[in-house]
Amino acid sequence: MLNISDIMQTVNMIDHQHLDIRTITLGISLYDCADSNIHECARKVREKVCRKAANLVKVGEEIEREYGIPIINKRISVTPISQIAASCESDEYAIIGHALDEAANECGVNFIGGYSALVHKGFTESDRRLIASIPETLAGTNLVCSSVNVATTKAGINMDAVALMGRIIKATAEMTADKGGLGCAKLVVFANAVEDNPFMAGAFHGAGEPECVVNVGVSGPGVVWRALQDVKGASFDVVAETVKRTAFRITRMGQVVANAASERLGVPFGIVDLSLAPTPAKGDSVARILEAMGLEVCGTHGTTAALALLNDAVKKGGVMASGHVGGLSGAFIPVSEDEGMIEAVKSGALSIEKLEAMTCVCSVGLDMIAVPGNTSAETISAIIADEVAIGVVNNKTTAVRIIPAPWKNVGESVEFGGLLGNAPVMRVNDARSDEFVMRGGRIPAPIHSLRN
Amino acid sequence: MKAIMTVTAHDRVGIIAGVCSLLAEMGVNILDLNQTVMEGIFTMTLLVDTSTSAHTFDEIRSALIARGEEESLNIHIQRADIFEAMHRV
Repeated sequence: MLNISDIMQTVNMIDHQHLDIRTITLGISLYDCADSNIHECARKVREKVCRKAANLVKVGEEIEREYGIPIINKRISVTPISQIAASCESDEYAIIGHALDEAANECGVNFIGGYSALVHKGFTESDRRLIASIPETLAGTNLVCSSVNVATTKAGINMDAVALMGRIIKATAEMTADKGGLGCAKLVVFANAVEDNPFMAGAFHGAGEPECVVNVGVSGPGVVWRALQDVKGASFDVVAETVKRTAFRITRMGQVVANAASERLGVPFGIVDLSLAPTPAKGDSVARILEAMGLEVCGTHGTTAALALLNDAVKKGGVMASGHVGGLSGAFIPVSEDEGMIEAVKSGALSIEKLEAMTCVCSVGLDMIAVPGNTSAETISAIIADEVAIGVVNNKTTAVRIIPAPWKNVGESVEFGGLLGNAPVMRVNDARSDEFVMRGGRIPAPIHSLRN
Repeated sequence: MKAIMTVTAHDRVGIIAGVCSLLAEMGVNILDLNQTVMEGIFTMTLLVDTSTSAHTFDEIRSALIARGEEESLNIHIQRADIFEAMHRV
């Protein structure tokens, strides 16, 4: 038998350090649901999602009990709806959004992602209709998540889409103003979006994916934080090694769960996403890991270097532990979903500018950031432009999930509850970027995109 | 199914006897057992085989947890593969 301390280490990780599987996400292709009648299309979408995901929650709970590992979320991702609805002779895409919401409710999952469009090089008519319907859909549904990819390293940045998304985010906040702009927490603007991301709000089932696939996202910032408590004062070589070893264990657990889920659902295994995903709970924070490396508060000088080490070591440790690694894989830094980040913002140590720098070295972007409700659509677009430029030039995924919190100002907070947490309103630069955003057109792809 | 069981509690007389007799009643076979006292806390790990039992894994798990609550024992039972995956390359 294994030795007693190894066994107790695992039990303690689960019991006291918030080790869990963040999500089992079932990807479902909806290409066969296209129809010229939008009501018929919605019916097919609902029927297929319910059929394919009928056992997802049951199997997830079964695995939880047998393996003794909490699985926090069971989710569904679907083919970007702009592609499915393209042949519909109607622009009322919210009908399909509602069908997705009903299907997710019926299956008992936490979220369904894929109310999405990929417009990095330009819009189809369907993309325009879908994007126009995002505010209405997010206001009228509970579980639907939406994403729009506006840039890739290969195509450059679609600045018309960047400008449009600023306005769509503002409209979404206004339509969900009674809930603090909650709709914006379910809307992601991407550069280099990945096709197999199991995490919300940005998950969708990409065009190159199979009919149905299981992707798993692990978690475990608390475990990494705990491991670093044992190497206080040691050199960075030791810190990196410690993170790698911990990430290996976390990922192996994810792989075991992924295999079990794949077998029991009769659906092929796709990937394990190695991301360290925080929650607002104490002891489950990425910011606290950075602080454990010797920073007084996350956001102070040294934070970007600490995050770079963490992100790299997580990947190196995790990659050997899984058959297929994918998704976003790295460390997430969502402000409202991370207890340490929230405190860092409140203390004044963490600004949007610093977060932007941090996104150069980690796996996502400006995530779950509340800004004053009177922030203009153009300023939001300019923030998006900066962030996607980082993704495009560095050949990585970046994303913006920003909430212009209605009627709120710097110093106040918006409470979303649950995993979405509590977002302190952050200061934005007051100088205008309107003329820059209004230009439109495309920012060309960088020279290093020409790799062939 | 092979599973790892862990039992932690403040040390006292009869913990092993209590847990093992419950397993015997349910027809669960003990394949290996380790016990120690770590920092004043009684800690026991058992490798068990639940396939010898007429009860389902969920029933065994519920019975153990219920007994644990009655007797102030912290009991976990989990499939063994998870431990092997996490601690063996």
